[in-house]
Amino acid sequence: MRWTFFYKLASPKWFYDISGLWLPWIGLLTAVLLITGVGWGLLWTPPDYLQGNSYRIIFIHVPAASLAMSVYAGMTIIAGIGFIWKIKLADMAAKCLAPIGASFCALSLLTGAIWGKPTWGTWWVWDARLTSVLILMFLYLGLIALREAMNSQDSAARASAILALVGLVNLPIIKYSVDWWNTLHQGATIKVVGKTTMAPEMLAPLLIAVSGFYLFCLFVFLLRLRSEIIEREQRALWVRQLLMF
Amino acid sequence: MYFETIENLIQMGGHGVYVWSCYLIALLVVGYNLWSPFLARKRAIDAVRCRIRREKRT
Repeated sequence: MRWTFFYKLASPKWFYDISGLWLPWIGLLTAVLLITGVGWGLLWTPPDYLQGNSYRIIFIHVPAASLAMSVYAGMTIIAGIGFIWKIKLADMAAKCLAPIGASFCALSLLTGAIWGKPTWGTWWVWDARLTSVLILMFLYLGLIALREAMNSQDSAARASAILALVGLVNLPIIKYSVDWWNTLHQGATIKVVGKTTMAPEMLAPLLIAVSGFYLFCLFVFLLRLRSEIIEREQRALWVRQLLMF
Repeated sequence: MYFETIENLIQMGGHGVYVWSCYLIALLVVGYNLWSPFLARKRAIDAVRCRIRREKRT
């Protein structure tokens, strides 16, 4: 009985209807969290004793970098589900996640480079963390290009799921690059296990900003997925009825 | 607010150009992610309506 929710979730029509109900609430919560977290971090927190005000970039850079990795992991899992169980909605979702992840990966690279100039004295170094995130960016671009290059939806779904799965090996490399190699990029300051080495007045707005960016990602993902459903289900009666009345 | 004047907020002790450029890029990324699905939705809806009208004519 409990599995009926998952069966329903795989139905494009049911998902389209239910996501339409969720969207306004997710949008509202996203706006509140983003404005609070980013505004607090940018305007009210004190400067860092070493980096001065340039550290305020972290309220953008950290959520973007975290999302770039999480979206890739999520996209791979969803693409894998679609590949194994041939669920059409899962393939649509994986397709919609790629440009979102790519945009946050680009944001993370750009803000990291801009932060690097006043802090390290250089825009870019070929250290393990930066290089592995650049590889993640290329993986995203490769996945988007692969889908665009294929006419058949089934072949595109299969090929991109395999490429995403192969690229998954890059995620632990990104995460542990600062521990495995001697990098210019600093180690983790926010830890799930162990002591977080960040001042509470900086940590609180950062966590709110991270939550806001994650919800924003969910919001734009649902918007994209709803458009994709309309496009792929355009022959279905419910789509025709929805758009003609 | 931590900054006492608007000028201090803009300058940020010499780091203003770095900080504000990052926030501008973030705004562009947020804008792209919001605008892109709306464009895709409009394209998809137009395509479906066009198909329905074509089918009605034939």
